[in-house]
Amino acid sequence: MELKNKATVSALGVAFAALLVPGLLAGGEALALPEGIETVKVAPTSKDHPLDEILSGWHFRSPETQALQEDDFENPAFLWVEQGEELWSTVEGAANKSCSSCHDDASETMATAGANMPKWNEALGKPVNLEQQINHCRTERMEADAWKWESTQLLAMTAYVRNQSRGEPVAVQTDGPMKPWFEKGKDIYYTRVGQLDMACSSCHEGYYGQQIRADRLSQGQTNGFPTYRFKWQKIGSLHRRFKGCMKNIRATPYKVGSDEFLALELYTAWRGQGLPVEAPAVRQ
Amino acid sequence: MQSRHTTGLKLFASLGALAVSIGFAAGAVAAPIAPQDVKIVDHKIDASLTGAAGNVEAGKKWFKGRKAGNCLACHENSDMASEAFHGEIGPSLDGVAGRYSEGQLRAILVNSKAVFGGETIMPSFYRANFGHRIAKSFKDKTILSAEQVEDVVAYLKTLGE
Ligand code: HEC
Ligand code: HEC
Repeated sequence: MELKNKATVSALGVAFAALLVPGLLAGGEALALPEGIETVKVAPTSKDHPLDEILSGWHFRSPETQALQEDDFENPAFLWVEQGEELWSTVEGAANKSCSSCHDDASETMATAGANMPKWNEALGKPVNLEQQINHCRTERMEADAWKWESTQLLAMTAYVRNQSRGEPVAVQTDGPMKPWFEKGKDIYYTRVGQLDMACSSCHEGYYGQQIRADRLSQGQTNGFPTYRFKWQKIGSLHRRFKGCMKNIRATPYKVGSDEFLALELYTAWRGQGLPVEAPAVRQ
Repeated sequence: MQSRHTTGLKLFASLGALAVSIGFAAGAVAAPIAPQDVKIVDHKIDASLTGAAGNVEAGKKWFKGRKAGNCLACHENSDMASEAFHGEIGPSLDGVAGRYSEGQLRAILVNSKAVFGGETIMPSFYRANFGHRIAKSFKDKTILSAEQVEDVVAYLKTLGE
């Protein structure tokens, strides 16, 4: 493995290879953790958990990619966070309100929200994730139009709000009315799909830490989302990532914002229960 | 008169050619066996899927190709040391021809599940429409064609001890 990496560095040129060389360097020097984060590894809290240790996706990335997340000034995703901060107090819609009209200082009012999504919404009779909650506030309270999924505004606001909860351990409700959604998400996670006939578990439970061609498989944890990806050249939502994984195995993906992806988001959040929120993370 | 005669001859000649090519297709070059008709007995498929031997050079191409077999995504292969990234998901395929017969290699490629069991992550390369939610553009299709499977088998046979 070591040899192969060295060969690659000379073949591709140092700058490009730097983004791709895997992060688990045996005996390598310790890297600083992402800003605002004290641990990237926690123990499962329940006996039924399928993993022995829960590892943030950061753990599996190259030192160079990790380094970009060490410092908010270097992290390219902060362009979106800053935009979100501006939108937070921008008045829009017939009710003449902004987010801050109701929620005031986000650093206080949003200090945990990003760690507890998806959350049960009594009015809608279903769980909502962060994107859906933001749009619910826009249409119901601001009387403004909902933002489109993956629009700059929705990504910016999601990144801004989730960043307020940075360092907060992921903790989602999975019992009561959330139970059927949790079970549905679990079912999707373990169902093989597509022409390549794989499930999420095939890659992220069975082989994390292993190289799959140029990528090192992580546990598919969600605590870093939305994340900046070099491949996307921008920030992207968790549902976009889910869609990408399904397309790679030649399956028809569910739609972003669908009930299926919402259930999967709940289930995958539970698999990462206890990991500190790292949003917005940086990925290859 | 002269010209009509020529036309008649040409017509006759091309009909003859057609007859020959139909006879050829039905006889000498048989169509490859359909995925649903392939039988795996004792973890092997002894006969070529196409009736012919594969091409080693083409097999290398399908082995590496990300849109073809993409075997390198999961398997290390020292014979391809010049390729940048080798997967670590499955065993190294160095010396694989010493561990499996041609018929076993063919069976592994056609339907990995029939050989390794239902839990294996390795895709089945010559099976169609067996899974859920297969993307439209891959409906009714196998990952590799019968010819490509034979090419890869021919290549794997070169990976001796
Ligand atoms: C063929 C293997 C494969 C399958 C199957 C697969 N993924 Fe992935 N996934 C990857 C790779 C490769 C990456 C990028 C490296 C990494 O973070 O693991 C990735 C990344 C992710 C990430 C981002 C993790 C991070 O920290 O940035 C999430 C979340 C994820 N996958 C969830 C899923 C879910 C949910 C499914 C099932 C719908 C799934 N994956 C199916 C290969 C796969
Ligand atoms: C997504 C991963 C994946 C891909 C792609 C893949 N394989 Fe495999 N392969 C495996 C795994 C894993 C095993 C080991 C059996 C098991 O544990 O399920 C295996 C086993 C094998 C074996 C038996 C090796 C031994 O020494 O026992 C052969 C031969 C093989 N694969 C050939 C191929 C070829 C050729 C291709 C491409 C056409 C390919 N594989 C594509 C994952 C993969």
